[in-house]
Amino acid sequence: MIEAFFNVGIMVAALPIVLTGLWNTILLSLIVVPLGLIGGLILALLASVKSPLVRWPLMAWVDFFRAFPPLVLLILLFAGLPFAGLELGGFACVAIAFFLNTGSYYGEIFRAGIESVPGGQVEAARSTGLSRLQAMRYVVLPQAVRNVMPDLLSNTLEVVKLTSLGSVVAVPELLYEARQAQSITYNPTPIVMAAVIYFLLLWPLVRLLSRLENRALAGRR
Amino acid sequence: MSGWDKFVDTFFNAKVMWKYLPDILSGMVVTIELALLIVVTGLAAGLALALLRSLAIRPLNWLIIFVVDLFRSLPPLVVIVLMYFGLPYAGPAPSGFVSTWLSLAFVLMAFSEEIFWAGITSIPKGQWEASRSTGLSFGQTLFSVVLPQAFRLTIPPLTNRTIAITKGTALGTVVAVTEILGQASSAMSNSYNPSPLMMGAAAYVILFLPVVIAARWIETKFAWKR
Repeated sequence: MIEAFFNVGIMVAALPIVLTGLWNTILLSLIVVPLGLIGGLILALLASVKSPLVRWPLMAWVDFFRAFPPLVLLILLFAGLPFAGLELGGFACVAIAFFLNTGSYYGEIFRAGIESVPGGQVEAARSTGLSRLQAMRYVVLPQAVRNVMPDLLSNTLEVVKLTSLGSVVAVPELLYEARQAQSITYNPTPIVMAAVIYFLLLWPLVRLLSRLENRALAGRR
Repeated sequence: MSGWDKFVDTFFNAKVMWKYLPDILSGMVVTIELALLIVVTGLAAGLALALLRSLAIRPLNWLIIFVVDLFRSLPPLVVIVLMYFGLPYAGPAPSGFVSTWLSLAFVLMAFSEEIFWAGITSIPKGQWEASRSTGLSFGQTLFSVVLPQAFRLTIPPLTNRTIAITKGTALGTVVAVTEILGQASSAMSNSYNPSPLMMGAAAYVILFLPVVIAARWIETKFAWKR
């Protein structure tokens, strides 16, 4: 059992490979989280336009990407697009898929946040001479973000976990490198290492979240 | 052939689609089976853990919290890969279907336990004391007073989480489960044509879009009163 899952010799041998993977997972997260946030912000700002011509297509867009598994989107981009003469490579596909998928989730969260700020505040801001954009930028958004902070964090946790999908399209992140090491050494220890690293990396965030969530639910009673 | 015709011939080739329709349909059946198994067992296990936690046995609660935190921080694909490629080294060799089912059920268990537990703790202590003082037992209080109110609070976050995790059935492809994506991918490499993949994508939309729309409706119906 120890020999198979916690083999010290293999751990030492696989460590450089697994650490390269960890570094790439961190880099990937630092790219796809801002991408998703930007996508979400664009969607939420569009949704604050109160015209049904904007609202309905937007809702359809968001629901579509909430219904569509991210892995299917990724495979569609990675394996489908080359048939249209467009070969993007694993990394670009991950970036686009995350922009579309996680952008929709972030968009829903930002929208709820913007709606939680009372309309009177916008009116007050506008009456002091701020433009619509200034009112959004300086009055509504700062409060909106604070109101939905737990949801934003929780989604960010999911996004970081989702970067493991990159392994399917040969992006050399943590899971991919661990599986490479596993197939070289014929031993599952590297995958156990990857799991332990994910756990140590994300556990603090999970702890923080469950405290925030409990407090939020207790406050809503 | 014009550009448009070529596009249709590549991505929506009727002949290829017709040939692989049975494969995609059988993939849909597997996806539905897998999804139902995950939802039923995951939610039941999550509720069971939340109920156990309400007994307030300290060492047991620490264990529950650890397991919940573990499956909240591990990416589902890592759990699936570990179970499918790792477990055989220790003896049992679960199939891809079983690995995907158990992994995602564990993940749903963890998330739903948190949500159920938050719902239970949101009921004021006074209600416990009041119902116990009227002569109800611990179990009666839990099932007739606390849980009915707690469920109402938990429904919107629970539906969202359940959908997000159930979509993970597509991850089964990585461990050779013949669900929609797996069928579509192998049909694509056999026919050297992406039409089956487009069908697979459509199949997911057909299965999950109604659920997402229903969830949106449930969310407004059970919304927290502010």
